[in-house]
Amino acid sequence: MKTTNYRAINTFKSVALHSFLISVALSCLFPLIWMVRSSLMDPETIFTEKSLFPKAIRLVNYYNAWAEGNFGVYFLNSVLYTTAVVVGIVFISSLAAYAFSRLSFPGKNIFFYMFVGAMMIPLPGSFVPLYVLMSKLGLLNSRLGYILCMINVGLPLSILLLKTFFDKMPPDLEDAARIDGCGRLGIWWHVALPLARPALAVIVIFNSLNVWNEFILAMLLLNDKAKMPLQLGIMTFQGAHSVDYHLLMAGLTISSIPVILIYLAMQKHIIKGLASVGVVG
Amino acid sequence: MNKISAGIIVFCLFIGLIILNKDKVKEKSPDKVILWHWLTDRDKVLQELARKYKEQTGVDVVVELYAPADSYVRKVTAAAQAKMLPDIYGNVDTKETFANYIRSGQVADLTSYFQADNQAWEASLFPKALEGNRFYEDNIYGVKPGIYGVPIDVTNMQLLYNKKLLAKAGFQNPPKDFAEFIGMLKALKRIGIPGFVSGWGELWLVDCFSSNYAFNIMGEAKVMATLKGDVPYTDPDWVKVFMVFKEMKDSGGLAEGIITKPNKYAEQDFALERAAFAFNGSWCVNVYYKMNPRLSYGVMLPPPVNDKFPMMIWGNGGSSFSVNYRSKVKERAVDFLKWMTAKEQQALLAKETMNLPSNREAVADIPSVLSDFTMAMDATTHPTVWKYNENPIVVERFYKGVQSIILGDKTPETVAQEVQEEKQKQIEREKRINNRKNRAK
Amino acid sequence: MTDSFPKKLVFKDSLKNFLFAFPAIAIFCIFYIVPFIEVFRLSLMEWNGTFPPPEFIGADNFIEQAQDKLWWGSMVNAGFITIIALTFQNILAFALALACDREIKARRFYRVVFFIPPVLSEIVVGIIWQWILYSGMQGGEHIGLLNYLLAKTGLPHLVHNWLSDPKTALACISIVHCWKGFGWGFVLFLAGLQTIDKQLYEAAKVDGAGGWNVFRHITVPMMAPIIVVVMILTVLGSMQIFIVMIAMVGQGGLADYTSVPVLQILFSMNGAKRFGYACSQSIIFGLILICVSAFFKIISNRVKQA
Repeated sequence: MKTTNYRAINTFKSVALHSFLISVALSCLFPLIWMVRSSLMDPETIFTEKSLFPKAIRLVNYYNAWAEGNFGVYFLNSVLYTTAVVVGIVFISSLAAYAFSRLSFPGKNIFFYMFVGAMMIPLPGSFVPLYVLMSKLGLLNSRLGYILCMINVGLPLSILLLKTFFDKMPPDLEDAARIDGCGRLGIWWHVALPLARPALAVIVIFNSLNVWNEFILAMLLLNDKAKMPLQLGIMTFQGAHSVDYHLLMAGLTISSIPVILIYLAMQKHIIKGLASVGVVG
Repeated sequence: MNKISAGIIVFCLFIGLIILNKDKVKEKSPDKVILWHWLTDRDKVLQELARKYKEQTGVDVVVELYAPADSYVRKVTAAAQAKMLPDIYGNVDTKETFANYIRSGQVADLTSYFQADNQAWEASLFPKALEGNRFYEDNIYGVKPGIYGVPIDVTNMQLLYNKKLLAKAGFQNPPKDFAEFIGMLKALKRIGIPGFVSGWGELWLVDCFSSNYAFNIMGEAKVMATLKGDVPYTDPDWVKVFMVFKEMKDSGGLAEGIITKPNKYAEQDFALERAAFAFNGSWCVNVYYKMNPRLSYGVMLPPPVNDKFPMMIWGNGGSSFSVNYRSKVKERAVDFLKWMTAKEQQALLAKETMNLPSNREAVADIPSVLSDFTMAMDATTHPTVWKYNENPIVVERFYKGVQSIILGDKTPETVAQEVQEEKQKQIEREKRINNRKNRAK
Repeated sequence: MTDSFPKKLVFKDSLKNFLFAFPAIAIFCIFYIVPFIEVFRLSLMEWNGTFPPPEFIGADNFIEQAQDKLWWGSMVNAGFITIIALTFQNILAFALALACDREIKARRFYRVVFFIPPVLSEIVVGIIWQWILYSGMQGGEHIGLLNYLLAKTGLPHLVHNWLSDPKTALACISIVHCWKGFGWGFVLFLAGLQTIDKQLYEAAKVDGAGGWNVFRHITVPMMAPIIVVVMILTVLGSMQIFIVMIAMVGQGGLADYTSVPVLQILFSMNGAKRFGYACSQSIIFGLILICVSAFFKIISNRVKQA
């Protein structure tokens, strides 16, 4: 009798939990489904048609969006920027966060708090000085300039996050590695990075989303169409007044696929965590 | 530890490369004309025109798009500071800012080109289209009189009515005056049709609507006197302007949530027949067509409150381009703009983008609703052609006041009071700034 | 490094340590500090963004700002959203992360789906939520999903103009904001939960500790640093809210009921053409955010010690 009761409570609990999870999941899925559905429709029927499933599927929207939005060039550029910036940030920020967390040098805390402070102060007015600075450095309309700027944008948050994870790193692992003859760089590479893998995954996700969707700095710093990122292609579907919703939705769907893929690839690392840190040193 | 040193060396090389990268940035080839714009929906046509122009004349025009408009303004502002504006760039800001650009020596005076050959170029365009780019003798900005920009199309803002929904409420014709309009809104409300929609979640649409009625209620002279600071907003005539909004609200004919509606959603409402009237600009023809090609609607001036003064709507050169004063290819740049406003190119622009052409000879074959819009071009005015302009902070207060009236938070009288207080504050601030300047001298 | 080490070695050592942080600091100094100094300089100036050039006016911008009721009102509005996000959004994110950390069915599916809102474009978010909260009618039926459901489920008295009533607008926007943002908290919490040694749980189980006790004495203390980071990020994200705002109530907002600091700063800069004032506003705004974050940090340190 008691066991059935216990089981009933358990079932009830799990039903309640799942119905809650499913309702949240539905609210997240719905806009995505709506976006994909609209990307397959006639422009006229997007808002009149109530059903979530279009009667006639127009895959040609994707072709048109790709061609009209000049996605061929922009897409590659965005891939380049995202990869370069994310790789740069992962290395630079993890080195710095490791230093801030584990090593000592004069002015360490000042620098760290400067980074955190920088995250807080919004600088909408800084675009003029930034433009002037970049033109003086000869970095206007240069891919490298844009990449460096974006690295700078992502650094503070990444450092803060990684430092939080490095702080939690058990010191005995570090000592063991030191005994094994690892230097600072070795510990960083063999101990700290694997341990912070969930955090690194989060940083990769965060920064790739950030760079992928960025257009404000790109518009400011770049001139050539051949250097522009994907977001400019998406802009072309939204006129000052008129919007080509079918192309816009197709464009947005195309543009969200890589981000979702990155997330899919990275979320595995988020949950692996400690279990996979077997060998040290 | 050697690894670290190696890393540092690599990094320093990296930084060095950046600085050396300077030389790699190509010098702009001297015969190319660079054009910056923010007109996302016209980018394709502009590219096409540039290609044609290259075919015809061999001159390279590079069209560069920066969007959205905010980003574009940022880019131009920054480039102006770095003295790196392109040869041709689109104007997107207020007249005052435009005047500041001219005063800082970044805009070429095009008057001589317009007046060459017996004013041939000037005569081919709608006179109203040029007004926004023209500075007269004794303008308050202290700019040398002249024409400083080339309009490639014109727009104006009017009232649109859905013929089917009006018929449903028993009306065959659109309203002749404001009282009739209010009556119609009430009748529509009775049969459950929202009367009026507009993107009043955006300041400029309210600004424009109220300015239409201000011209109608008190006439241009008094409006200008108010902007100058001689007539207060607490004047009974201005209270009447605020009353227009109150009466519309009291009729129950305003679409729900109108004061927070971005224009794109308002356009969607009208296109999907969720409201009988809409206040919008001529570009809406294109928008409605895309969302609902079967929509049957007409266009009219907002119904006047009285007939003492004419109803004036906003309209001007929609998008215009200026030439950089420092440009090394000024002549070529002007030639291109001249070519772009010629009949053939204007017809193409109008056809592709459904915007009103700025060249009057190109009006021939455009959709009928669109040509109805052009009919009203004579009744247009625009802040860019006024002698005085209101301080943007006061305009913002005005807008928020109108929102409060529609919300039922405040009466027209209190709003008038508050707007006037803000105006006073801004006048005093300007005085302070001027005093400081004089002292510095 | 012990005292017996020669000074030179200590110096060399800390130099090598510094080299770890050097790339980050170098990039930061070039691309952040230089523009920042310029912004700080401009905050003491009156400048319209074009011509005439900036003019020094001392602390006038800051004095004016202190008396600017609208500015502080916008701060209060953002504060309201922040408080809702700190509680509602973070609790939701934490609960979902806990659920997905356990061995439940379909947890992989959930893990992916919960991250969709942050990936979605604001355009889609705007369209969908505008439709959900829409308050008009057509042909006797509510167009908005929420009102439609309320009317159908026998709660017609709850039908409301959600976005244009000052009483509900800010709350509705907060909910949309939380919905858009909880995915980040979810991912961060999930990552944090992975760093907790699973053996701790098992040891607790052996000791006979109940679910609540495990949560209270193992999960929360172990997660404290992550919680602080998420709280700080939530404060940042919510205080700096504006894109969702524009998508929901337009560039103009609902009178002054939905004004937020970033939109005020942007208005000062693009609308009113007062660059100096905008810069002074962003500096004060940043200082406030720094204070709030420092406050969280101090609280968490206290909790840790207690």
